[in-house]
Formats: sequence, structure tokens, C-alpha cells
Amino acid sequence: MKRISYDIVIVGSGAGGGTVAQELSPLCRQGLRIAVLEKGPRLRDDEFTGRELEMAGALYEDGGGFLTADGTMTIAFGCAYGGSTVVYTGTSMLPPERVIRRWDVPGLTHADLDGRARKFMAENNAHLVEDGLINENNKLFVEGCRKLKYDVQQFPVNIKGCRGSSLCNLGCPNQAKQGTDRVQLPRAEQNGVEVVTRCEVLTVGEKTLAARVAAKPAGAKGDPSPWEPGDYQIDAKIVVLSAGAVNTPALLLRSGMGRSLPRLGYGFTSHPAFIIVGEHARPIVNFVGHPKSYYVDQFAESDRFVLETCMYFPFITAKSMAGFGEPHSAFMRAFPRLQMILVLACDEADAHNRVTIDKAGRPVVHYRFQPKGIYGLMSGAYTAAKILFAAGAVRVHMPVARDPTIEAGDAGRLEEIAAAAEFRPGKTPVSAAHPQGGCGMGIGPSDSVTDSYGRVHGLPWLFVADASLFPNSLEINPYVTIMALADRVAQRIREEVPALL
Amino acid sequence: MPLNPDPAIFRAVVSTIVPEAAALDDQGWREIHQVVEALLRDRPESLMRQLRIFLGAIQWLPVVRYGRPFTRLHPAARARVLRHLENDRIQKVRVGFWGLRTIVLAGYYGRPQAARVIGYAASVRGWEARG
Repeated sequence: MKRISYDIVIVGSGAGGGTVAQELSPLCRQGLRIAVLEKGPRLRDDEFTGRELEMAGALYEDGGGFLTADGTMTIAFGCAYGGSTVVYTGTSMLPPERVIRRWDVPGLTHADLDGRARKFMAENNAHLVEDGLINENNKLFVEGCRKLKYDVQQFPVNIKGCRGSSLCNLGCPNQAKQGTDRVQLPRAEQNGVEVVTRCEVLTVGEKTLAARVAAKPAGAKGDPSPWEPGDYQIDAKIVVLSAGAVNTPALLLRSGMGRSLPRLGYGFTSHPAFIIVGEHARPIVNFVGHPKSYYVDQFAESDRFVLETCMYFPFITAKSMAGFGEPHSAFMRAFPRLQMILVLACDEADAHNRVTIDKAGRPVVHYRFQPKGIYGLMSGAYTAAKILFAAGAVRVHMPVARDPTIEAGDAGRLEEIAAAAEFRPGKTPVSAAHPQGGCGMGIGPSDSVTDSYGRVHGLPWLFVADASLFPNSLEINPYVTIMALADRVAQRIREEVPALL
Repeated sequence: MPLNPDPAIFRAVVSTIVPEAAALDDQGWREIHQVVEALLRDRPESLMRQLRIFLGAIQWLPVVRYGRPFTRLHPAARARVLRHLENDRIQKVRVGFWGLRTIVLAGYYGRPQAARVIGYAASVRGWEARG
């Protein structure tokens, strides 16, 4: 086993790890050694092809199909240089005040997070896409919402030089999306931070980590790791875990910290989601242009759902629709005429939903759909179907309806159809892309895993900086809030470097 | 084909889930098998075993009700068998079917040719490709 020493080691390179790396990187000029250890590969620009299965296999954990313990939901999260920021759509949302207030974390204020979030919004070039570059899939959503007098809003997105490939979720092939792979990590590296890819951290001990560097598999995308394949012991005076809401709790559990941190793994939420698809009589511009420009969040408090525009690729679309056979195929054959809306439920932390590990130490996500979350999905499906018909769809696919295909002639019966609809785990196709919680912030070990600056209770040298810090669901796309929290973690580390080193 | 030693069972299931698959030529089926194999390559052996058992059950359970295995049923009866599994009162059975359906859909719609057939033509060049 090889042995290496650093002053600071950051595990993970997504919104959390990338931010911490950038914010701490000026310390390299003072002679500190900082490394980012990333499990996934670093792809060359020309390797982003936009081919669905190829890119999903290269950029996502389990190809985007990470299953919950009972197999009723898939969770998609990135595993690459840049983490999930490589595969998100770049929707840049400020932390909602009502949510931060409800989190009620002592020492954490909305004003503080908001200020930091705005800094990263500016740094990442988050802005509203100009009207001429918005496609019909998005415009029809606005049209339907306005007819129904819903409060539709435009997403700021963090793009620069977007060509409208619509392939954001497969890694932008034009390097337009300003994720940590494009902004924070390159800056950190310029300042002297080392980024080690294909390096999986197995356990964390007292100021030391056990890690394994994998060889590049034959035919795989990405550069080989800068380190030789093999096992490593990495000593570090400060450790920051930013491996995400599934892998950070699992890493701490693998490291035997569950006993001293009884809340470890608990509080997992994910915004479970499905899509409602509308078919129009004519082709619309749907797979050209940024896929996610608008949302409706007016129902988040009252009915526990948020609606967002979306446009997926053939396999994901097919998988996300319920049923099979001719009715399913008929929608797929109508692809150029399809409009899509994503329904996200605002789920809540509960006693069951949590991250554990299996005998081999791999993460296991226990997720049971709660009545409120199911209500959110059902209400959201009904509202999305109304929007699609209001926008002129001739038929709608509603995955929870007894017969998922609803013709325009039956639009008047939508309420009745929705009332008879049924959510069946294992049949209703649900996926999630916003895993959160598992290392929630709070006061002490009895209610949380870390303090409001991400420091793990009882371990002054160990910090968490990712979505696992969320004590409950954020109810909106999370990356900007993750960066704001990571900025707080970095600030605390900078302040305490003299004492911690 | 690691999923099932009898390709006829898998083909019958695929053609029931995606009826257009029945018209595929040998090349099309080879592509589906390649996609499925790549998808399952790094999955745990236990998952493969469960899928094999599930496919075996699909083939032989209809004997009880229809007096013949799945591959010898006409398309409407095959669809009824799969619909029964999809709606089964036991969640594990529904999850098993969902997993199989996911693999089938990946195999069929994960092929570039399928994208062309359904008119999906996203391009790296985005707006420029529309001319």
C-alpha cells in the first residue's frame, strides 16, 4: 500500500467538493497541499457524444439506474470529474426562504445562504435564456400555464455559448454548462489543488483515508487516473466529504461512525419524480434548445409538488412512461410531437427513509413513498395533464391513470380520471435526481450529524460539504444551495486552518 | 445471451413490450442483445439470477392458465400475462417486471436505429443542425 500526505483532502468533485476546492485553493500559495479524490473519470471534451446509453454509462453511478432497496425507484447522480454538475441541466435556483426557515438549523440563516448563493449564480453565469432560444416544448408549457392562470416562472440557467443540443443530462457536448468541471475545479487546479480521478475512498479514520485507484477499463471513456492503480493510505489533517447524499453517509457508516453519530444516514429525501407526456397534432421543436426553461412552484406548500419542463432521450422517455405494448409504442413513435413535464414531489424526511450499507459496505437507500409525497405526485400529474391539454395536446400520457392514455375528448373528465388514478410502487415509474440528507446539520449527535458549518460532531478535523447536509428536502433544484453551504464549510476551514494544522 | 439460454423467450417478451420489435431483422436483434449485455455486464450475479428466474416464470406460468408456454401464446395472451405481472398484488413481482421492462426498453430504444425510426434527432450542433 502506498502512503501519501496532504494537509486537506476533499472527497468528491461535484457542487460541494468543487466549491470547497476552489475556495480553499488560495491556501496552496501558502504551501498547503490539497487534493480532491474523485471516484469517477475525467472525460476529454471530444468524448461527450450525446449518445444516451454510452454517456449514461460513463457519467452516472450505475449508469443512472441506482435502485432503492425495494427496487421501486431509481436515483440518478453523477460519478465523474465535476460530479452531478456534469449531468444536471444547470437550473440555478436560490435557496427558498420558507424552506431554510423550516430547517431551523441554529446558526444558519437564509440571508447568509442567499448571499453566498448569489455569488455562485454570478460566478456560473446563471441567467435567463433569451426568448429566441426557447423551444416549443417550453413555450407550450408557458402557454398552458397562462391559460390556467398558473404562476409560471423562468429558470436561470448557468450556460455560456449554449448551442441548444438539449443533451445537458448526458454531459454538454459543447462545454456550455458551467458546472464545477468548467469553473471551480479548473480554478482550483490552477491554484495548485491536485485532482485524482478514478480514486474511490473506502474508509475514513482519524485523519487518514483508505482509498483505491482503479485502472481505466478497456474501451472506457476518460483519462487514466494520475495515480497508479492500487491501494493508498492518505493522511490528511483536514478531511472534507463531498461524495453526495448517497455516498457520504455510506462512507461514514463504512468507517464505523454510526455508533457515535446515531442520525447518520437518516433524513434522506430525493424529490421523487415522474413525467407527464402530451402529444400534439403537429411536430413541435422539443429536442433542440435548452430542455428546462420554466417551472411552477406555487403548489409546493399546499400540494407538495413542483412542475418543470423537461425533454428526455428515447430510452429514458420509454422507461418513464407506464405500461407497454401498442399504446406505449404509439407515444414513442410520436416523439417529434411530444411535450414533457416533470412532476417532482416535495417529500419530507421521515424515520424510514435513510442510507445504510450492505455487508460489502455498499450504499443501500431505503425509500418508502410517503402519503404526502404520493399526494404530491398525484396532484402534480393532474395539474400537468391540465397544462398539456390547455397547451393543445391531443392526448396525454399520465402514468398513474388506470389507462395512462387520455384523449383530448376526455379532458373534461380529467378530475374524475385523476380521482380514480392509482400510485403503485413497482408499477408507477418513479425516479429521482436530487438525493439529499443523511448527514443533516443541527445541534448535536442526538438530532444531527454535523453543525451548521458542516463539521461532524465530535471530530474537529472532519467536515461534510454536499447535499447530505440538508436536514430536509429543499423543494427546488439543489446545486446552488449545495455550493452556498460548501462555501460556509470552506470559510470555517480557512478560519481554523492555523488551529487544525 | 447471458440473460436467458433460450433467446426465443426473451424475443417473445421484447416483442410484447415493444410490438415493433417483432419486425426486426437479425441485425436488429443482435443490436438489442448487445445493448442488454453491455447494460448487465457490471451488475451483480444475483440480479442476473433473478432476471433468469423471472424469465423462466414468464415462460412457464401461462401453462397453468393457457395450457401452453409464453412463447406459444398469441400476442394478445402474451400481453395479458405481462399485464398480470405488472399489476400483481405482490410488490416484488411488480418490481421484477419493472426491471425486466426497463432492460427491454433499453435494448430496443438504446439503439441508434430506434431513435431514427421514432424521429428523435437531437444533434450536438443543436439549433445549427435545424438549418
